[in-house]
Amino acid sequence: MRIFAVTFILALAFALPTHANAATGDTPPLPSIDWSFEGPFGSFDRDALRRGFKVYQEVCSACHSLQFLHYRNLSQTGGPEFTEAEVKAIAANYTVQDGPDEFGDMFDRPALPRDRFVSPFPNSQAARAANGGALPPDLSLIVNARPNGANYLYALLTSYEETPPPDLEMSDTQHYNLAMPGALIAMAPPLLEDIVEYSDNTPATVDNMSRDVTTFLAWAANPHMEQRKRIGFQVMIYLVILAGLLYFATKKLWRGRKWQQPE
Amino acid sequence: MSENNHSSSYTPRSALAKWIDKRLPLPRALHDNFSSFPTPANLNFWWTFGGILTVCLLIQIVTGIVLAMHYTPNSELAFSSVQHIMRDVNYGWLIRYVHANGSSMFFLAVYIHIFRGLYYGSYKAPRELLWMVGVVIYLLMMATAFMGYVLPWGQMSFWGATVITNLFSSIPLVGDAIVSWLWGGFAVGNPTLNRFFALHYLLPFVIVGVVLLHVWSLHVSGNGNPTGLDVKKVDKETVPFHPYYTVKDGFVIVMFLLLFAYFVFFHPNLLGHPDNYIEANPLVTPAHIVPEWYLLPFYAILRAVPSKLGGVIVMFGALGVLLLLPWLDTSKIRSAKFRPLYRQFFFIFLLVCLGLGWLGAQPAEGGYVIAARLLTVYYFAHFFVILPALGYIEKPKPMPASIEESLESKTKTEKL
Amino acid sequence: MSSEQPTRRDFIYVASAAFAGVGAAAAAWPLIDEMNPDASVLALASIEVDLSPIDTGQSITIQWRGKPVFVRHRTREEIAEAESVPLDDLPDPQPDEDRIQRPEWLVMIGSCTHLGCVPLGQKGDFDGWFCPCHGSHYDTSGRIRKGPAPSNLEIPPYQFVSENRIRIG
Repeated sequence: MRIFAVTFILALAFALPTHANAATGDTPPLPSIDWSFEGPFGSFDRDALRRGFKVYQEVCSACHSLQFLHYRNLSQTGGPEFTEAEVKAIAANYTVQDGPDEFGDMFDRPALPRDRFVSPFPNSQAARAANGGALPPDLSLIVNARPNGANYLYALLTSYEETPPPDLEMSDTQHYNLAMPGALIAMAPPLLEDIVEYSDNTPATVDNMSRDVTTFLAWAANPHMEQRKRIGFQVMIYLVILAGLLYFATKKLWRGRKWQQPE
Repeated sequence: MSENNHSSSYTPRSALAKWIDKRLPLPRALHDNFSSFPTPANLNFWWTFGGILTVCLLIQIVTGIVLAMHYTPNSELAFSSVQHIMRDVNYGWLIRYVHANGSSMFFLAVYIHIFRGLYYGSYKAPRELLWMVGVVIYLLMMATAFMGYVLPWGQMSFWGATVITNLFSSIPLVGDAIVSWLWGGFAVGNPTLNRFFALHYLLPFVIVGVVLLHVWSLHVSGNGNPTGLDVKKVDKETVPFHPYYTVKDGFVIVMFLLLFAYFVFFHPNLLGHPDNYIEANPLVTPAHIVPEWYLLPFYAILRAVPSKLGGVIVMFGALGVLLLLPWLDTSKIRSAKFRPLYRQFFFIFLLVCLGLGWLGAQPAEGGYVIAARLLTVYYFAHFFVILPALGYIEKPKPMPASIEESLESKTKTEKL
Repeated sequence: MSSEQPTRRDFIYVASAAFAGVGAAAAAWPLIDEMNPDASVLALASIEVDLSPIDTGQSITIQWRGKPVFVRHRTREEIAEAESVPLDDLPDPQPDEDRIQRPEWLVMIGSCTHLGCVPLGQKGDFDGWFCPCHGSHYDTSGRIRKGPAPSNLEIPPYQFVSENRIRIG
C-alpha cells in the first residue's frame, strides 16, 4: 500500500510542472522579484498600485489598451482604492462616444466611472498601422497570459540593451531586449528615468517604475486576488477542522472493528 | 435498482411512508442502495474515490449551470463574457476557478479510481460490464472536458479544438466532409463554439445517467475488496454502507477537498495554460499546443505514430483496449496483493502512463518521439502480451480462505 | 459490540454533522449571490438627466434600471388639479407635495402598480396616465384613481444636482 501512495505522490510531481518549461526558448532565466502579492499571504502594495496606474496612464496607455477594466474598478476594494471622487476625476479626463441621441447622431462625452478604459486605437488594424505593423497587446490579462508573468514583465521592461551583438540582424523598427524570446522586440524602451513624476517621494527610476507598473498589471489581471486568498484561508481552516471531526468520528464508529480504521 | 442480491431491510415508519412505499418505492430504493447496502468491511482508502467522483460530478454540474447563466456562447463575445464572470459577477471568479480546477480534480480522481480497479482486478467476472460502463463514463468525461476547454475561446481553446477536430480528417474518403460538418464551416468558428456549448451542457447529464448504470451494476455484484475474495458471510464480512462508509468516505472526501481548495484559492491557474488568457486568433498558432494534463498520455501516443490515420487509430485503440481488458487478463485471481508478478508489472505500467503524460507535454521532436514510441509499444504489450501470459506463468501467493479470515489475521497482527 | 454500538447522540457525530451543515450552507451562498445584480449592473444604477430641453407640458421617458421613468414638466393647471384633490377620494391617499421635490417636475417610474405594464401619458379620466392593459387611471400626480391597480405610481429616489439636472438612483 505504501508503494501505491509513493507512486501517487510521484504522479502529482510529474503532472504539475509540465507547462512550466514551455516557451522559454534560449532567453536568460527570469529574475525572481520579491513581489508584494506573491505567496499565500501576499497582498497588493496599495502605493505601488497607484504609482503603477500612473505609469500605465502616462506611458503605456499611449499604445496599450486595458479593455477589460472599467474606471470604477480603480475604487474597488483590493485594488488601488482611489476614492469615488478621484475615480470620477480620472474618468473625466477621457472622452467616450455615446449615443445615438434623439437626432440619431453619436456624440462625445466625458467618460464616467462605469465606462471601460478608453483604448488608444479604435481597432487592432489601426493599432498595427500606427506601430509599424506590430500590434501592442492588450494588457488586461498580460500577467496571466505569460508563463511566470510578473517576473517576465519586469524583465522585459528592464532588459533593453543599447548595443546589440554585431551579428544580430535587426530592422529599424526593432529593439534589442534580452527578455524577449528571440531578443527582438518592436516596442521601443518605454521607460526612461523620471518619465513619470511620482507624487510620493519614490524616485522614478526605471527599476521602480517597472516594479510598480507590473504590480498594477498583476492586479488588473487578478482584481479579486486579495478576496480570493482571504476566503481561501477561511475555507482551508474550515476543512481542516471538519477533517479532524470526521477523523475522530470514523475512529469512534469503527472502534471494535480495528482493521478498518483509516490509515 | 431493485434487483439487489440481498433482501430489503426497509421498514416504512409512518402511514405516509407506507403509502408512498406501495406506489413509488423510491425511499426503499435509496435506503437499500445507499444506507443499508452491505459493503465489505475491509475496504481501504482507495475505495473512497467512487464517492469522491460523485462529489466532483455534482460540483461540476452545479458550478457549470451557474456559469452558463453568465456566459455567452458567441465567438465575438465568449472571451469577454468570461472576463465579465471573473470581474463583475458576484463570486464569479470563485465559481469559474472551481469549475476549471474541478475538471482537473475530477480526472485526478478518475485516474486513481481506474488504477485502483487495475490493481485489484476489479474488472474481472462478474464485474466486466461494471468496468466497461466505467470506461464509457471516462470517454464521456474526456469529450465533455475537451468541449468545455473550448468555451473560454482563448488561444489554446481555439487551437486545441482545431487540432482535435482535424483528427477526423484522417478518415479515408469522408474525413473532410465529417470535419466541416463538425465545424459547421470551413474552420473552427462561431457555429463550432455554439454546438460545443450545447453539447458541453448536455453531456454531464448523460454522464449522470451512465453513472446510475455503473452504480446499478455495482450493486448487483457488490463491491470488490482488497483481498479480491467474494463475500461469503454477509453478517461477518460486511457492514451497512451508512454510517460506516458515509462517515469514513466523508473524511477522505474532505481531505480531497483540501487539495481542491488549495488549487482554487492559491494556484488557480497552475493547471491551466497561460496562452488561454489570450483571445482566440485564427491567424496565429501558439508555439506549443498542449492539451490539458489529463489528456497528455493519449496526445503522446497520437504523436508517436508517424502516419496521420495510424496515429488516430492507435490513440483510440489505447482507449478501446480498456474495453477488452476483462478478457485479456487470464489470471483467475483478482487482487494484485496475491499476484507477485502482476504487481510489479502494474507499477511499471503506471510509470509508463506517467512517462507518456510527461512526453505529451514535450515538443514532438528527436528523442521525445522515440521514447514515446517505445512507451506506446509497451502500453499495448501490457494488455496484449503481458496480461494474457501472466495468467499462465504466475504462481500466486497463499491466500486467506475468506474475507473474515483475512480480517482476523490482520487484527491479530495489529494486537501483537 | 452491542454495548459499544455508537448512537447518533454522541457528541462527535452531532458536531461533525452540524459543522458539515454549516459548511454546506456557506458554500451555497456564492451560488445564490451570483444571481444578484453584478458590478456592471450596479454601475448603471444611477443616471443623470438634463431637464432643460423639456418644455412645460412635455414629458420624456428614460430608461433607468431597465424600467421606464417618466419625467413630466407639469403645467400650472395640472399642478393645481393635483393639489386640489381631497385625499378622501384617493384609494392610496398621498398629498401631491409628498410626491414631488419641485411642483413643476414630476418624476416617477412608468410601471403600472397592477401588473407592470407601461401606462400611456395624458390619457384616462383624470388627465394623467392610463394603463391600457387592465384599465387603471392615474391623475396628474400619478396617483391611482380608478381601476385594478392597488397603489400610486412609484417615485424613484432622485435629487437635483443642479438647477436643471437630476440624478436618479
